[in-house]
Amino acid sequence: MKMQEKNISANNFEQCIKCTVCTVYCPVVPVNPLYPGPKQAGPDGERLRLKKGLFFDNTLKYCLNCKRCEVACPSGVRIGDIIQSARIKYNTDSPKLRDMILANTDFMGTVVTKVAPVANFALGLKPTKVVMDAVLKVDKHRTFPKYTTKTFESWYKKNVKAFQDSFKRHVSYFHGCYVNYNYPQLGKDLVSVMNALGYGVHLLENEKCCGTALIANCMIDKAKKNAEHNIASIRKSVYERQMPVIGASSSCNFTIRDEYPHLLGVDNSDVRDHIELCTRFIYRLIDEGKVKLVFKKDYKAKIAYHTPCHMERLGWGIFSTELIRMIPGVDLTILDSNCCGIAGTYGFKKENYEVSQAIGKPLFEQIERLKPDFVACDCETCKWQIEMSTSKEVKNPISILAEALDLVATSEANK
Amino acid sequence: MRFDTIIIGGGLAGLVCGIKLQKAGQKCAIISAGQSAMHFSSGAFDLLGRLPDGTEVKEPLKAISSLPAEHPYSIIGAEKVAEYAAQAKGFFADCGVKVTGDASRNSWRITPTGERKPSWLTIGDFTPLAAKEEKIGNKALIVNILGYLDFNTKFLADSFEKQGTECRIVALKLEEMERLRKNPSEMRSTNIARVMDREGIWETAVSQIRTLLKDEDVIVLPAVFGLKDGSVVEKISETLGKKTIFVATMPPSVPGIRTQMTLKAEFEKAGGRFFLGDTVIESKADENGIIKSISTVNFNDIRMEADNFVLATGSFFSKGLIATPEKVCEPVFGIDLTYREGRENWFNTNFWEKQNYISFGAKVDETLNASIAGKKIVNLYAIGSVIGGTNSLYEGCGGGTAIVTALAAADRILEKK
Repeated sequence: MKMQEKNISANNFEQCIKCTVCTVYCPVVPVNPLYPGPKQAGPDGERLRLKKGLFFDNTLKYCLNCKRCEVACPSGVRIGDIIQSARIKYNTDSPKLRDMILANTDFMGTVVTKVAPVANFALGLKPTKVVMDAVLKVDKHRTFPKYTTKTFESWYKKNVKAFQDSFKRHVSYFHGCYVNYNYPQLGKDLVSVMNALGYGVHLLENEKCCGTALIANCMIDKAKKNAEHNIASIRKSVYERQMPVIGASSSCNFTIRDEYPHLLGVDNSDVRDHIELCTRFIYRLIDEGKVKLVFKKDYKAKIAYHTPCHMERLGWGIFSTELIRMIPGVDLTILDSNCCGIAGTYGFKKENYEVSQAIGKPLFEQIERLKPDFVACDCETCKWQIEMSTSKEVKNPISILAEALDLVATSEANK
Repeated sequence: MRFDTIIIGGGLAGLVCGIKLQKAGQKCAIISAGQSAMHFSSGAFDLLGRLPDGTEVKEPLKAISSLPAEHPYSIIGAEKVAEYAAQAKGFFADCGVKVTGDASRNSWRITPTGERKPSWLTIGDFTPLAAKEEKIGNKALIVNILGYLDFNTKFLADSFEKQGTECRIVALKLEEMERLRKNPSEMRSTNIARVMDREGIWETAVSQIRTLLKDEDVIVLPAVFGLKDGSVVEKISETLGKKTIFVATMPPSVPGIRTQMTLKAEFEKAGGRFFLGDTVIESKADENGIIKSISTVNFNDIRMEADNFVLATGSFFSKGLIATPEKVCEPVFGIDLTYREGRENWFNTNFWEKQNYISFGAKVDETLNASIAGKKIVNLYAIGSVIGGTNSLYEGCGGGTAIVTALAAADRILEKK
């Protein structure tokens, strides 16, 4: 018998056996009938697009890029990547002004933090929201995260940089735009925990936005430029300074590790294993018996953990939850695995607002039923969405550790 | 990360084994590369429907002694199979999965195309038939949802009419479903079920059925109700005051997915850790061949260690077995398989005939331990459809093999302590 010896096709979609499991787990399909669903938009459509680009369907923009289809696929098809790559390759619409504002998180951050008090005040005003809704199509229900008057980087340089070299071991920290421009406290928490564990924390050389939002808005040239720059800085950190890179945002981490090579064609193979979430980094240290955690005696909290979609795809939720479980006095519930609906900039767009809230509804209801003291989550945009849509505050696991640890005793134990 | 037992594969076998071990106090992990074949469940688990020579089986427990020696049931032993089969019903009930049926006598389920196949345990949504030729009623109203293509009403009517049931086919037009119809490729069972699960929707469907109903004594509906609730069929029947039966649809399977979700939740509630979307890439063993640890794509350098490892990776569909042009192999540990050399012996060119490749799989001994290069690995167990020695499709014993071997392997592991 004559046969082809091996499957030599570079097209990952050929692994699809049309089993339809992906369509069961797509959060968009049940709430937005305009979206053709992951199977049709992904492997089925790709076969046609390969023939002619005119088969590209604009409704692929409704994909959240949550990657839940990929987690569910029993055949290893990178469905989400196929859909996003098609958008990158065939989409001819140029991004709107609104999309540029939402996607350029670092440019906006640099400009707005300079006038933060005025901007925060103005962005919170109803007339501003109405104008933004009408003119820019940024939904009026959304509240922009507050901008800080002092960026994380400037706080770091002024307050802690000087003594980071005094530690025996070191890591670089990819803080991301949110920590730098909106919520430096998360970065401060990370520095204090890592310092207590005996690690000096350093900044990367001129960190740029990871590009998650740029990719989502098809601003690929800029995303690629940022990616190349970041990988060069990470390479320097890993190979010249011998410092692995950690972060506290699941989406930044996921983008740098997986979207750079899969969607932007930026090779990160030599450094990919040295970039990870801080909870995974800390878990490994504990697992190998290299560090000790000393907790406060009186810490008590009822916590509900939400697994962000990109965390689900990374498969790393376990490291965050196992760390939280180590805290005595914590009652932890893992929430059902549901997308919160925000998907970065997606939910900010007026045309997506209703879909976004409908997707998140089961999650919001479960949180309210459970009545935790607060929600734990490793993603900043999930945090905005859950805080806007429920009565609960959301904390990053590293901030929970910072609260629960006896930092002085932990430092002593890890000297 | 350390566990007592790591189970590779999150389908029926992996979950049953994991739940039993976890409830017995072990710390277990289940690693699953994507969702399992439970998503295509027929709504019933079969124990044994046919002997390898084609003889129809009416009483599965009695027929086990006629099976060849390499069959997993023969390896476990007829007495033990009966014991585990007896446990199974209670096991599922404890997990919140309602099943009916009896291992001593097969009942019959209706397939999506109207065929009748032998069944052991049937998920509560469905009404098993006591005999293959049983009439479902004198007059049946077969009710579809307008625009839904995975429910073959004409096939069903043809098959019911063979038993003398007069059939009438109608379709419900529900306003809430019209949104779904905009996208015909997504008019699938699970999406319909999500709409049906919303408050008041199935009640609207039922009141429409009432207006369509003439003198029929039985109503036939596709199983597109209750992603979370297994009792919708009873509620519909009660509301209409008429016998109502659900028939399985083409995939995805709503009752199958619900069962999978219920079992997974039960495993996690008992403290088990379920890793979805991860793949095992390699294992490390000591000089005696005892498996010490594995690594996965997502865990990478953080090793997952355990005292016992259970292989529940399924057959070719889920890549538990892989066929290359030259050979068939098991990709995780490279364990020994029962299979016939020579590709020409793997398949029959007539697609509908018995296919030998389906009976390929792990070679196990009476403790369900697998072997590598002829050497028994005492802490590695194989369960479910990754095991060879049975053509489960032909013999109708896939569900039973999964459940019985899972319970048996869990017992072996617990006995060791």
